[in-house]
Amino acid sequence: MSGMNLTLKVWRQKGPADEGRMVTYHVEDVSPDMSFLEMLDVLNERLILEGDDPVAFDHDCREGICGMCGMVINGVAHGEQRATTTCQLHMRHFKDGDTITIEPWRAAPFPVVKDLVVDRSAFDRIIQAGGFISVPAGSAPDAHTIPVKKADADAAFDAATCIGCGACVAACPNGSASLFTAAKITHLGLLPQGQPERDSRAKAMVEQMDAEGFGGCTNTGECTAVCPKGIPLETIARMNRDYLRAK
Amino acid sequence: MAVTGAVMVLFLILHVVGNLKVFSGAESFNEYAHWLRHVGEPAVPGRTVLTLIEVVLLVSVVLHMWAAISLTRRARKARPVKYAARRKSQASGYATHTMRYGGVVIVLFLIWHLLDLTFATVNPAGAAGLPYDRMVQGFAPERWPVTLFYTLALVMVGLHLRHGLWSAFQTLGLASGKAYRPLKLAAAGLSAVLVLAFLSVPFAILIGVVK
Repeated sequence: MSGMNLTLKVWRQKGPADEGRMVTYHVEDVSPDMSFLEMLDVLNERLILEGDDPVAFDHDCREGICGMCGMVINGVAHGEQRATTTCQLHMRHFKDGDTITIEPWRAAPFPVVKDLVVDRSAFDRIIQAGGFISVPAGSAPDAHTIPVKKADADAAFDAATCIGCGACVAACPNGSASLFTAAKITHLGLLPQGQPERDSRAKAMVEQMDAEGFGGCTNTGECTAVCPKGIPLETIARMNRDYLRAK
Repeated sequence: MAVTGAVMVLFLILHVVGNLKVFSGAESFNEYAHWLRHVGEPAVPGRTVLTLIEVVLLVSVVLHMWAAISLTRRARKARPVKYAARRKSQASGYATHTMRYGGVVIVLFLIWHLLDLTFATVNPAGAAGLPYDRMVQGFAPERWPVTLFYTLALVMVGLHLRHGLWSAFQTLGLASGKAYRPLKLAAAGLSAVLVLAFLSVPFAILIGVVK
């Protein structure tokens, strides 16, 4: 069985100060069973053998649950396969002879560290602003000590599946981080433990999001369409509701 | 965007109801125009209500544009380096992507529209003409480019409302899970009804139903 031959146009940038440029590579004999990252591994192994600098990209679990990987593939964050992280995207979705454009997340608050790696500390600072509940730490309480409605538990859990990959920002024409911030606000705001700080949380997190330099939400829905976890647009309505109430 | 947009949509509904008076004849239409200028008299001076509406609308238009411009500027600042690959829209929503240039088309149209039928400087009947005559002469068949421009602009208004109507609910935090489908359907429905109702007048004049 022969593999696919692909042409890759990859963003190469030596460091934050480098201007960066698209560089074309050819990868041969790519198995359709490879993941997108494994295909890049093949390219990198060859680049190392040739004495070249391998393409830097973020990755960790390669199971689609950690949120580390992410690149804009042919103009779509995580590629065109829906509800899929880059690591779970398989080469069977591409054809022999395809040209694939690979770029990092593009947003001013996500500066490029190297090649396809961006610094997503801005997300951490949004969480630090209010994405938590203040409770006395100790041993875990018994399950069902505090009753939670099934519908609320489900919706909170759906929002909590956000892995913070940043695809929402990358896909948004405005470079907005609303879906990420809203997912966290929804997750905590739906549960009884999150109620005492619900208003201050929404206010602090939205203000931090704006301070980081993310754009504003214009309800385009591009974020939820590329989100590997399918976080719904509804979370943004909830964020707006909580924020308006807090103000 | 949401609040000022809502003000303008409410005005559009009043506006189109007034327009449809054209179908009940010249007298009815001119009377309505006269009434608009004199409603509330003598308790309040003439044009009080009309002036009030004009001021609220002007403020809404200015604030709506200010919000749109600042959102656009924030968006540009948030993405200083553009994508090399053409960014493919993953969300289905053609109307959403017409909002910015659509808004510009609507503003240009608004300027022409005011010059045409409010100040009558570009209207064949002139400022001295009765409202009904201005309308009929303005959309006379030989002035078909004007009608064409109105049609294009109104389609833009329709697309703008298609996204704007449900979007306002989202921005104000009034949308939730089950409400999205009916909200989007209602947005599409109201946009279509408004556009068709507005277009019915120039087209009725074009084909000679109203003369």
